[in-house]
Amino acid sequence: MGLPTGSTAAPPGASSPGRGRPSAAPVPDDPGSLKVVPARHYARWTATVAVAVLAAQFVHGMATNPVWEWAVFGDYVLSETIVRAVWVTLQLTAYATVLGFLLGTVLAFMRLSRSPLLQTVAWTYIWIFRSIPMIVQLVFWFNLSALYKELGVGVPFGPVFWSVDSNSLIGTIGAAVIGLTLHQAAYAAEIVRGGVVSVDPGQLEAAAALGIPRLRQIRRIVLPQAMRAILPTAGNEIIGLLKGTSVVYVMSIGELFYQVQVIYGRNGRVIPLLLVATAWYVVLTSLLSVAQYYVERHYARGADRTPPPTPLQRACRLIRTLRAAAAQREQPVVPLKPLGGSR
Amino acid sequence: MSAVTSEPTDPVTRQVMVDVHGVHKSFGPLEVLRGVDLRVRTGEVTVILGPSGSGKSTLLRTINHLEKVGQGWIAIDGELVGYRRSGGKLYELKEKDVLKQRTGIGFVFQNFNLFPHLTVLENLVEAPVSALRRPRREAEATARRLLARVGLEDKADAYPRQLSGGQQQRVAIARALALEPKVLLFDEPTSALDPELVGEVLDVIKDLARTGTTMIVVTHEIGFAREVADTVVFMDSGVVVEQGPPAAVLDAPRHERTRAFLSKVL
Repeated sequence: MGLPTGSTAAPPGASSPGRGRPSAAPVPDDPGSLKVVPARHYARWTATVAVAVLAAQFVHGMATNPVWEWAVFGDYVLSETIVRAVWVTLQLTAYATVLGFLLGTVLAFMRLSRSPLLQTVAWTYIWIFRSIPMIVQLVFWFNLSALYKELGVGVPFGPVFWSVDSNSLIGTIGAAVIGLTLHQAAYAAEIVRGGVVSVDPGQLEAAAALGIPRLRQIRRIVLPQAMRAILPTAGNEIIGLLKGTSVVYVMSIGELFYQVQVIYGRNGRVIPLLLVATAWYVVLTSLLSVAQYYVERHYARGADRTPPPTPLQRACRLIRTLRAAAAQREQPVVPLKPLGGSR
Repeated sequence: MSAVTSEPTDPVTRQVMVDVHGVHKSFGPLEVLRGVDLRVRTGEVTVILGPSGSGKSTLLRTINHLEKVGQGWIAIDGELVGYRRSGGKLYELKEKDVLKQRTGIGFVFQNFNLFPHLTVLENLVEAPVSALRRPRREAEATARRLLARVGLEDKADAYPRQLSGGQQQRVAIARALALEPKVLLFDEPTSALDPELVGEVLDVIKDLARTGTTMIVVTHEIGFAREVADTVVFMDSGVVVEQGPPAAVLDAPRHERTRAFLSKVL
C-alpha cells in the first residue's frame, strides 16, 4: 500500500521476510504473495532433543534392566488373586464415593441452611474429619468394638429395644467403608457447597418466582448447574480416593496393595509386584478420567452454543476426511477406474 | 383496551387486582420504600417510572414476596401476599404456601434468568408441571402455543444461550405466562438489551396489554409508557410522587421532581 509503483529497488522492510533474496522477483505490492520463512527457535529445539534423549534412556532402562522382571509382572498382573483384589479396591471406591458424596451433599446444604445449629454441626463435622488423618480414623473404626461394644436402637438417653454386637454388625470391610465414607464426606461437602454457591443467585430467584417447590429447585435447577463446578474437583477426589483405598491395608483387607504386599512378602519379588499394583492403579484412574470427560460433557449442555465433538466423533470425522481425500487423490490419476472396477 | 366492551367504562368500578398499602422496606439502615400506596385494577397496565435507587424494583419484588415488607401490606385479588389473617393476627406463610401464591404472579427479570441447562421448551414446562402438577403433555402444548405467541415456535429445542437477548426475554415472558398468572410484573425488561432488540420485547408486552393482561412494568421507556400505560406512577426516594394517566403525568407533571426527571430522560 505504501508503494504506489512497483519499484525495482527492494525497500528495507521487504528484505527481512525474504531473507536475503528479495530481488529475485520484482517486489509486488501484496505481501501475501511473498514466501514466509518460519521463525527459528533454537532453545526450544535443543530442549526437545535433550528431553527426547532422556525419555529414550528411561524407556530403554525399563525394557532392559533385569530388576523390573517383566516376566514376573506378566505372571501376576492378571492372576486370580490380583483381579479379586482389584475388585475389592473398586468396591471400596464405589461405596465410599456414593455414600461420601450423598453425606457430603447433605452436609453442604446444612452449611447453607438458615438454621445456625445445622450450620454449626456441619462446620464441626467438616473441621474434625478434615483434621484427622485417614489412616488414624481407619484404625479407630477398626477398633470400634473397644469404643462401643454393642450398637442398639431405642429412645435417645432411654431404653434400648434392639442391640447387636458391633463387630458382627460392621466387620472389617464395613469399618473400612465407614472410615473412607466419613473422610470423603467432609471433602465432598466443601466441593458441593462450592458448586452450589457458584450458581447465579438469579437462578434460584427465578425458580422461586415461578413457584417451583423447594426440593425441585435444588434438584432440577441448582444442582445440575452446580455440577459444572463440582465435577472437575470431584473427579480429583474420586481418583484420590481410589488410590487412598490402599491405606486400608492396615486393616488387613484384601485390596490391591495389601494383596501385592502379601505376595512379595512370600516370594521376595518386590519390584515387579509393585509394578503390578501401579499398572492397575493407572488403568483404573484412566478409566475414571474417561468417565469424568463424558459426565462433564453431559452437564455442559446449554453452556456452549455448539458443543465440541467427543473424541469418538472426532475420530469418525477424521476417517471421513481422510477417505474423502484419498478418493479425491485417486480420481485424477485413473479417472476411468471407478467404471471398470464397479463389479 | 379490548376489555372496554365487556366491562364498565368507568375504571374506578373495576375490581382492584393489586393493592399495595403503606409499604415500608429497609435494607439495614437504608430505607428503600417509605410508605408506598398503589392500586392496579384488573386488565390495567401500570408503568412505574423513576430515577435509579428510587425503590421501583424493590416495590416490584415485594409484590411477589421476593422481598418481605417491613410495614404495611400487599394483597393480590383480595388475598394477602406472604401472610394469612386469622383471629386478629397475621401468620407468616410457610415457604411452600408462598411458592403456591407466586404461581399466580408472573415475574419477568431484567437479566431474563432463564435456566441455561434446559431447552426453551423445558424452561416453559418446568413450573406448570412441578408447581401446578399439570400433565407434561398438556404443559408442552401450552408452551408451544405461548412460544408461537411470542414468535419463537421454531426455538423450542434451542438452549437459551443460543438465542439473542431479545429472544431470551421473549422466552422469559412466555415462561411467566405459562402459569396463567393473574398479574404480570416486569422489572426493567429491556434494560439489558441492545437498542435494536428493545422493540421486539416491547411489541410482545404491548400485545399482552391489548388482550387485557394486568401488568405492572418498571421501565425507562417513556414512549412505551405513553403508548401502553393506563396509569403512570412516578417514584422517587421510596415514595410515589405522583400518578395518573400518561397524558397528565408525562405531559403536565405537577411536581417539580417529576419535571426534573422527565427533562433528563425525554
